[in-house]
Amino acid sequence: MKNVSMLARRRVLRGILGGGAVSFGLPLLDCLLNSNGTALANNAPIPLRLATWMWPFGLGDSDYRPKTAGKDYELPVQLASLKPFKERVNLFSGGEVFLDGMSNNTHFTGVQGLFTGKISNGAEYSGSLDTLIGDVIGKGTRFRSIEVSAGGDPRATWSARTGSGKSPAEVSPLKLYTRIFGPEFVDPNAASFTPDPEVMVRKSVLSAVTEDRQDLMKSLGAADRARMDTYFTSLRMLEQKLAIQLEKPAPLEACKKPDTPPQEKSTAISLLSEGMERHDLFAKLLAHALACGQTRVVNSAITTGTDGLRMEGETSNHHTYTHEEPVDPKLGYQVESARFQDRYMRALHDFIATMDSIQEGDRSMLDRMVIYAFTDHSAPRLHSLRNYPQLIIGSGGGRFKTGQHIPRQGDAATRVGLTLQVGMGVPVSAWGSGSNRVTSPISEVLA
Amino acid sequence: MLKRVLVLAASVLPLMGSPASLSSATDPVPAVVAPSPLRISPAFYKQSIIDIFGPSIDVEGRFEPEEREEGLMAVGARKVSVTDAGLELYDDIARGIAAQVVDEKRRTALIPCKPQSATAADDACARTFVTQTGRLVFRRPLTEQEIATKVKLAGEAATTLKDFYAGLGAILGDMLIAPDFLFRHRAIEPDPAKPGEYRLDGYSKAAQLAAFLWNSAPDDMLLTAAATGELHTADGLRRQVDRMASSPALESGVRSFFADMLGFADFETLAKDPMFFPAYTIKAKGQTQEQTLRTIVDHLIIRQGDYRDLFTTPRTFLTRSLAALYNVPLVELADNGQPDRWIPFTYPEDDPRAGILSQASFVALHSPSGRSSPTLRGKALRENILCQRVPPPPGDVQFNIVQDTSNPLYKTARQRLTAHSTSPACAGCHKITDPIGLSLENFDSSGAWRINENGAEIDTNAELNGVKFNGAAGLAKVIRNDAALTGCVTRRVYAFGVGAQPPRNDEWKAIEKKFADSKYNFPGLMRQVALSSMFFALPSTQETAK
Repeated sequence: MKNVSMLARRRVLRGILGGGAVSFGLPLLDCLLNSNGTALANNAPIPLRLATWMWPFGLGDSDYRPKTAGKDYELPVQLASLKPFKERVNLFSGGEVFLDGMSNNTHFTGVQGLFTGKISNGAEYSGSLDTLIGDVIGKGTRFRSIEVSAGGDPRATWSARTGSGKSPAEVSPLKLYTRIFGPEFVDPNAASFTPDPEVMVRKSVLSAVTEDRQDLMKSLGAADRARMDTYFTSLRMLEQKLAIQLEKPAPLEACKKPDTPPQEKSTAISLLSEGMERHDLFAKLLAHALACGQTRVVNSAITTGTDGLRMEGETSNHHTYTHEEPVDPKLGYQVESARFQDRYMRALHDFIATMDSIQEGDRSMLDRMVIYAFTDHSAPRLHSLRNYPQLIIGSGGGRFKTGQHIPRQGDAATRVGLTLQVGMGVPVSAWGSGSNRVTSPISEVLA
Repeated sequence: MLKRVLVLAASVLPLMGSPASLSSATDPVPAVVAPSPLRISPAFYKQSIIDIFGPSIDVEGRFEPEEREEGLMAVGARKVSVTDAGLELYDDIARGIAAQVVDEKRRTALIPCKPQSATAADDACARTFVTQTGRLVFRRPLTEQEIATKVKLAGEAATTLKDFYAGLGAILGDMLIAPDFLFRHRAIEPDPAKPGEYRLDGYSKAAQLAAFLWNSAPDDMLLTAAATGELHTADGLRRQVDRMASSPALESGVRSFFADMLGFADFETLAKDPMFFPAYTIKAKGQTQEQTLRTIVDHLIIRQGDYRDLFTTPRTFLTRSLAALYNVPLVELADNGQPDRWIPFTYPEDDPRAGILSQASFVALHSPSGRSSPTLRGKALRENILCQRVPPPPGDVQFNIVQDTSNPLYKTARQRLTAHSTSPACAGCHKITDPIGLSLENFDSSGAWRINENGAEIDTNAELNGVKFNGAAGLAKVIRNDAALTGCVTRRVYAFGVGAQPPRNDEWKAIEKKFADSKYNFPGLMRQVALSSMFFALPSTQETAK
């Protein structure tokens, strides 16, 4: 069934276009924010944003856990890079993904539990945390979410809508730039707005495809109907994206179109330095995409656990080090492997700093968003599902109290996911299944 | 599609309640269900575009990643859908193709009519284009309603943009992201020969045959055979299968099958360290896949060779780049300024390198970026070539000996793995993978030949199923004579065509026997599978092989 208002709007716009391209004059952008900087001048609240940030192989066995809880904890050496942001970080330690008798499909099951709340023996994976939150905070933007993978593998992504497969990640900063800021980008601060007739045509033509939906469903079994439902949902989202491009965007003071990133030699990479370089390029693009209102949800991953990156001149990659290197008896961790973890945490610092570098009124964008950082395994050598480090960075516009260490030894790691949802306004009272089901958020961090 | 489904719906509806109840994934499942729609592969997409619009069209862009299941992407295709980010990718590709089809230099050849004005709508010409092109893109004729809708939209777009061809481009871009193109639907209809039962309709049969044998869309003759009912008769089906099996397009089907079975999609993310492997360039990486596919096509189609001999044949094809990678002398008699020309090459009789397992497409693909891995190679051989499952490693494993290359006691991979495998927790799986992988240790991570590792001579003695052998040549002979080799490829061929495992019945056993009797003639196997009654069987009549 078509949405009546959408049809009406399309007819109106067709009418406008029938008379040729039209420019709408916009008011000068002299006062975009209200006096206290919490809302746009039209009193619409500054949008809430979510970034997820996934790194492989955790931080160590249990040695990363601070000895004290609350605000006055000492930041562990593994997280030393985050010191400048300590007051804006919540560190959750000790959470666990419970197998409930199912097998541990290494590098998959842990994330499956952490990010979707439910585990299974198969490869089923859907309904990830970012999409649940995105459904609440992300409507009305050009992209429902944007996924990137620094390690070059488009499959290194953990975002999946309910009933859908994992969204492919962008692996090329240049292609991501073109996707967001290419010819289809509409600058929200431009002095005039002209609906693109080609976008109008595309949207009009696209609408016809959805009309065939009923016919395609009829002879299919339940699982296949769900697959086709996913396809048609994607189609509707593409249609909505085009509709948004035909509307005059609200002005956003912080929006600035970034410079074009350099062309890559190859999408396939294996070196840590290359991966980190891409990570930083992606971080800048994602920050600008958020600031320019192109999306409110971004998902960044370094690699899947099995796609280990390497240091220059070394034959072993991070993954093989985690398996093969003994734990140093004096230090209590894997020395070679820890070099990678340190580098990833420096990358997380850079990601946070990039978000913090964008000013929106009297505060930075980081203050109006949340970054959820998580990993596939806790103890890297064991590929363990216990004692997970989880981080929530940023207060989400005052929704979260920050600067704390929250030890939750033996608790379901999914509780952090539920807390995140509750704080971000998802109307949910329970999340997860089996032993990973939780029914109460972590109150210490909710404002 | 509409017409066909309505025929079915008339039969199914009384069992299911009101039409409104059919619209959701949560609604009751019909009593008779069609086989799962298969999302088309990137290879199929590209070949279809070439066959419909010609090789001058560039299919540019990245596709939504495929999922491997039961050893094949073709089987995983029945489980995957299209995500919102994935549809954006398809949309970009589709618009790129559409723009090329209607551009000034191609429109004369690819648009079957000329509009009265290039700057205004022309319903008659648009109708011709939609009808003819739509039939090839959707792999079936469009219904009158579909044609009318698209012609109307093309007209509106042409009027808005003041460009007839832009209107056609918009419609074509739309067709290329439609579910009728991105998924290969298998529509069912009542079977007049068997009252109360259903069968695949003619167009679905045509599409399945074309995807299997040609890795492409059906051509005009096949669609005509679908329209006339020829594909529902034994003689008619045989005529079409024989025509297709003798067509040059069979090469595309064979290439597509082996690229899937050998896991070539993983090349997209494969990288080697240029510091260690300077000859393994991006160009060489692409050519390693082509080398193996050329070897396969030459051996199986042109020479009609025994499938088993693919693993022992000394014949292959090389470029100068590959010759540098393999460090073999390549005599170029006719250069003509083409440094990457493919040249037939035959290894000497006593050369240990023979067969496709000695090629970089296998030994380099299944190695980490900085070193070789007997375990990964053994696992790939078991799983991809012999259809045997290797269990995943347990989580808590001490691998410290394996990788300590500085330990003077364990210089080679064999020495390190032997020490590691003495652990009872590890021994079970490593006995399955390592012995065969160790026989290939003369190939480094890039596929180049070596005889030493860290100054110690590499020992390539190995054992498979109680048979002792040495090196890549020994492995090739043992694999060639392993019964699992032919059983595996037979099942994979069926699964590639149907998207499901073959049933274990007398007809299947007969196909296996014919394959053996033909001295494992591969095109013959494809033909037998395509002609079998199982090839078009509906899900309820299929038994899954264990």
